[in-house]
Amino acid sequence: MRWRDASLPLLVFAALAIAPFIGFGQGHALTLLARAMIFGMAAMSLSLLVGGAGLVSLGHAAMLGVGAYAVVVLDHAGVTEALVVLPVAVLAAALFALLTGAVAIRTSGVHFIMITLAFGQMAFFTTSSLAIYGGDDGYTLFSRMEVAGSRFLEGRLAFHFTCLALLAGTWLLVQALLDSRFGRVLRAAQQNEVRAQAVGFAPYRYRLVAYVIAGAIGGMAGVLLSQAAEFVAPAYLTWQRSGDLLFMVILGGLAGPHGALVGALAIVLIEEWLAELTEHWRMIFGPMLILCVFFLRGGLVGLLRR
Amino acid sequence: MLLVVQALNGLQFGILLFLVAAGLTLVFGVMDFINLAHGVQYMIGAYLGATLAAATGSFWGGLLLALPAALLVGLVLEWLVFRHLYARDHLSQVLATFGVILFLNQGVKFVFGAAPLQMPVPEALSGGVPIMEGLLYPTYRLAILAAGLATAALLWFLVERTKAGMLVRAGAANAPMLGALGVNVDRLFMLVFGFGAMLAGFAGVMAAPILSVEPGMGDNLLILAFVVIVIGGIGSVRGAFIAALLVGLVETIGRSAMPDLMRLFLDPSAARQAGAAMASMLVYVVMALILAVKPAGLFPVKR
Amino acid sequence: MSALLELRGLSKRFGGLAVTQDVSLSLALGEVHALIGPNGAGKTTLIHQVSGTLAPDAGQVVFLGEDVTALGLAARARRGLARSFQITCLLPGFSALENVALAVQARSGSSFRFFRPARGEAALNARAMAALDEMGLAARAGVPASALSHGEKRQLELAIALAMEPRVLLLDEPLAGTGAEEAERLIALLRGLKQRFGILLIEHDMPAVFALADRISVLAQGKVIASGTPDAIRADAQVRAAYLGDDE
Repeated sequence: MRWRDASLPLLVFAALAIAPFIGFGQGHALTLLARAMIFGMAAMSLSLLVGGAGLVSLGHAAMLGVGAYAVVVLDHAGVTEALVVLPVAVLAAALFALLTGAVAIRTSGVHFIMITLAFGQMAFFTTSSLAIYGGDDGYTLFSRMEVAGSRFLEGRLAFHFTCLALLAGTWLLVQALLDSRFGRVLRAAQQNEVRAQAVGFAPYRYRLVAYVIAGAIGGMAGVLLSQAAEFVAPAYLTWQRSGDLLFMVILGGLAGPHGALVGALAIVLIEEWLAELTEHWRMIFGPMLILCVFFLRGGLVGLLRR
Repeated sequence: MLLVVQALNGLQFGILLFLVAAGLTLVFGVMDFINLAHGVQYMIGAYLGATLAAATGSFWGGLLLALPAALLVGLVLEWLVFRHLYARDHLSQVLATFGVILFLNQGVKFVFGAAPLQMPVPEALSGGVPIMEGLLYPTYRLAILAAGLATAALLWFLVERTKAGMLVRAGAANAPMLGALGVNVDRLFMLVFGFGAMLAGFAGVMAAPILSVEPGMGDNLLILAFVVIVIGGIGSVRGAFIAALLVGLVETIGRSAMPDLMRLFLDPSAARQAGAAMASMLVYVVMALILAVKPAGLFPVKR
Repeated sequence: MSALLELRGLSKRFGGLAVTQDVSLSLALGEVHALIGPNGAGKTTLIHQVSGTLAPDAGQVVFLGEDVTALGLAARARRGLARSFQITCLLPGFSALENVALAVQARSGSSFRFFRPARGEAALNARAMAALDEMGLAARAGVPASALSHGEKRQLELAIALAMEPRVLLLDEPLAGTGAEEAERLIALLRGLKQRFGILLIEHDMPAVFALADRISVLAQGKVIASGTPDAIRADAQVRAAYLGDDE
């Protein structure tokens, strides 16, 4: 890991850590920050695929959805202990990623985009057909999970710092993965697949493992999303949501997980800020995206690096 | 009997899908440009049709004026945004054209409000045609089918039998070659682009009287159009035609048959919900299966 | 003498065109076996079949006594069959050192290691550095591959192949596009290397071929029309007619 790649995220984490104490400690502000951090985790896991492995997935919201619906299924069955729910949800998302990835990774380019979209849509329509869990209307959780029996997550600050810890952990993990031997093979296969094969690496297995890891992190983000809203609905799994995650990664920059982190925070916070200015904020936000593409070749983090 | 109606509905939906997908597949195949904003061209067409029909007091007036207007919108977008993206990577194209979607979806809401607009069915095409004993099928829907087929035939003629069409096909197979052969690539791109935008706009106008004209109406159609061009083989108009009809039929027939099928296993209300969801899923299952067998689509363009 | 690499009756057709017809040849340790022939004779297609990027329609590739015909490029590379490419095939965003370190990594332990930074692995870097040094690229270790000169890229390709500790090297026009001086340096390097493994060489530079090769096979229209020592090939009338006679 290079220092300049680390300095930006550390700054962001520090800002998030002091935010509740410098005027952002209200319910609304904390809810917003939690949302931004959760999408930050999801976007960083996606950046492992897009930036690291060259796998542009348009079905990543399904990973969050599987995690969130694992919470729902367990909640319905009366299981609300985080130490049980979180591992089960993460494993469920990893398993979904393994099964769908095993098929999807045989394709590449646009076909990979479309096949991940297809699996994402299958997951979306499956959840909206689950009448027992509310179908299209979704499922309201009675409360957040217990952690080892305590109602720790109900505390606003406790939840904020739980999200922050997991956000920082996700960044460390994704950055470490990219820097490791494993990540080197992934990056090599992205740049030149034939070269990677010619020195003896068949990229398929490495890509599949990356897909499963990203799915697992996405599942974790899904669990947190369900806890933040205390509500889960098929809307979590729409292709537009997958698109949003992808846009966060691209807007932030593909140079590493810090790009996705910055992209996610920027999109969630700018959306909120513009929405307060005007009902028609998308008429400003849309052209902003276009201008970013025109003038910021390396994404937002490319701008900071100049 | 019901199946006949469903099949006609499916074909008619497929035709609309084809009109949108044809432009998308050409732009993607020839220019290697992923244009997410193609769906909003369809929406713009519908809005232009509805507004101009109201202004002129006639469906036909609306249709005639909406086509050049849709073309104009397409060319303006090309000039303002898209031409600066041709040389960029796919991810940049996706992000920037998504920005266009956000702007235009909100833009029509800003101008026309969030409530759906209505466009009247033209007098001459109102009513129904008896297609079977005791079964009237709306004339207008048949007219859509006919107009769509005629457009498809025209498109086939343009692509297969004209010089510009030959260049387009050559471009789909090997785009860098065109520049090397001294073809004015910029002008060809603009032609392809404008034509694709007009087709999508035409589909929007045709759909306006039977669907509600509202912001975001192009988004889901766009995704289905992408499904169509991937199933059909990117750059292949013929593939897009077959795939669009296939997707239209699967979607429409699935939507009516699946709930009945589900009723065998579930109670009626659960069956209705599960069936509708399963029907929507069917298209994606079909796509996944086709890609598993033919990864480059049904009619891959030879490179 | 047992062969490192043996091709038995390889055949390949593209549509109606037979690009490889019943090609059999062998390669021993310490030997440079050159494949020559006019453009379109099927040399590169043959190398593709030997390295595993193309599957032959018939015949076998036997490497170190094992039939590897069914294996792909990566699996053959892991067994010690390294190739260089006619058109430079590098990782443009990686430094020269990391290009080579990836190859070293493939030969030393599992790459399913997730946490330790690969760039900090001294053992990998040392061996990569040694390979770069052998190719005279040590001073350029930190430069991104995309910023190297053409000749340096060819050297880097060879350094990567060396770092794979191969038993057989398949070299597809290693001198293509290099200047006279660079070519001379590469020829000297190759001559120094050849004792360690077997080299199957495709090259258009005839002086280089006759300087390096122990055996030469001449390919024309996918068929081996002659095979022998450089002197025998030079004297072969059929070869002169098919190939050496017309100016290449």
